[in-house]
Amino acid sequence: MPQLSVKTAEQEYRKPNLLRRIGKQWDIQLMVVPALLFIIVFSYIPMYGVLMSFQDYSLFKGFMNSPWVGFKHFEMFFHAPEFWTVMRNTLVISLLKLGIGFPAPILLALMLNEIGGRVFKRLVQTISYLPHFLSWVIVSGFVISLLSTDNGSVNMLLQALNIIDEPVNFLAEPKYFWSILVATGVWKEIGFSSIVYLAAIAGINPHLYEAASIDGASRIRQMFTITIPSILPVIIVFSILAIGNLLNAGFDDILLLATNPGLREVSEVIDTYVYRVGVLNSRYSYATAAGLFKALISVALLAGANYLARKSGNSLW
Amino acid sequence: MKLATEDKLFVGLIYIILAVLGFTALYPFWNAAVISFNSGADTMLGGITFWPRDFTLQNYEVVFKDKRLIDAFVISVLRTAAGTVTSIAATAIFAYGMTKRGLIGRRIYMIMCVITMYFGGGLIPSYLLIQELNLMNSFWVMVIPGIISVWNMIIFRTFFNGIPQGLEESAQIDGSSNWGIFFRIVLPLSGPVIATLALFTAVYHWNDWFTPSIYITNTDLLPIQTKLNQILNSNIMLEQMQNMDSAAQGRMNRMRSVTTKSLSMATMMVATVPILCIYPFVQKYFVKGVLIGSLKE
Repeated sequence: MPQLSVKTAEQEYRKPNLLRRIGKQWDIQLMVVPALLFIIVFSYIPMYGVLMSFQDYSLFKGFMNSPWVGFKHFEMFFHAPEFWTVMRNTLVISLLKLGIGFPAPILLALMLNEIGGRVFKRLVQTISYLPHFLSWVIVSGFVISLLSTDNGSVNMLLQALNIIDEPVNFLAEPKYFWSILVATGVWKEIGFSSIVYLAAIAGINPHLYEAASIDGASRIRQMFTITIPSILPVIIVFSILAIGNLLNAGFDDILLLATNPGLREVSEVIDTYVYRVGVLNSRYSYATAAGLFKALISVALLAGANYLARKSGNSLW
Repeated sequence: MKLATEDKLFVGLIYIILAVLGFTALYPFWNAAVISFNSGADTMLGGITFWPRDFTLQNYEVVFKDKRLIDAFVISVLRTAAGTVTSIAATAIFAYGMTKRGLIGRRIYMIMCVITMYFGGGLIPSYLLIQELNLMNSFWVMVIPGIISVWNMIIFRTFFNGIPQGLEESAQIDGSSNWGIFFRIVLPLSGPVIATLALFTAVYHWNDWFTPSIYITNTDLLPIQTKLNQILNSNIMLEQMQNMDSAAQGRMNRMRSVTTKSLSMATMMVATVPILCIYPFVQKYFVKGVLIGSLKE
């Protein structure tokens, strides 16, 4: 495999040769080089642009002429009054999503596996996959409508059951926000995420179940002794991926559901914070510093997760 | 095989849980549809759950007469079409080139691609890049940055690698060029993978509201999802006002808010219909697509 880096005199000598060989396969190179240039522009230039978190970037001076300020913006971020709130929200929301949103599709797949009625099973699957394909705008519209104080279905139900006397404005009260956010996320993705687990269950050898039922094992027992151990490798791989995503607490869902500024205290996570201070308030360097901080932790988490994965024999790369 | 009592209870319980889950999954959608078909003034009285009480098509009439909403819908259609076609074509060509064993620099190219899957510049540098490129307030800002997807490239490449080498070799002997082989042999054999990836790309383009919301200020260029978000937000504001204002003011706002509510439900339905239309046809493809994707992981 020829190398593209040209350093020694000997390789310098080979250079025209390499160019000629590239020229010979110009048609294949034409398939990939434009796409790679595209990747350089839209992925690598922004990566390089991250350096502006060490600058006092100003639009008028541009990247080249803005003064370098070292870790000033990182220090500002760490000492900002909202830093701990933002960190707490990011961690709490993503841990809640991991703790509830991760096992939910596994449970759904296990339950779907237990029922015999094909029509019913297909119906439940079709209905539960659908929300994945709806945009967050639509989904937040549903949630806002259901929770509305103005005859929203949830308030109507709770009033009919005499649990509450007056309609509760759920989307204005910080104490409900995390539950609403996590429940909405589960609602949207539970069906679609269950597909992989269903496929894993479908791959289990049916003889195992036959043997178990001859031995008199109940269905519940079979679930715990056959189904769950069989899909455990898939569960492990996906839980590792989930750890790498730990700081992605959410973005669309939070922006769309937490429109009430009173919720900022519980809803602001690193990503929405970067958006607010960066895009809306134009504090580019500061926002980039906050974003870079998050990216670094994410990479560390991913590397750690992959280390665990390698130990369990399911490395990601 | 006969079920033991314990098993019967277990399975029965699961049926009940799944029925409740299915109901919960469907109800928000159903309720929104019902409100969109109910007269706004009647919805205000409350109690609208499973069936419209005062059936009307007025809400939809207003939506379809609103030129801004129709324009937004057209923008969404154009964006989805342009974004999907360009992305699938460019990514497939890229992926085919990457399957060629003799490609000089293939390893370096691949490393370049994989790095972008784990690292990125983040929101702000990308935002400033779009400004530098003068893509702000342009239709193409919704299309161009998404043209090459490394993820899809890898799925395409895996699929192309599975096509028997013999087919390509015989075409080569017949004098086909590499581009000729791609268009005449490889593409016609790639129907399922193209369908799957086109579906996911199209859904992304149809549903994305955020990109236009930060890059496009010209309201004539906003797609339906972003427009819808603005409508829903104005609805919330009215509802909040109604909670604060005096009784008379409140009643007036209430009238307006409820009308806005039924209108926004109708708009939501209109924005969802294209997805509902293609959904039954592509279900078999996306199940396959998820599995291809997860095998890569």
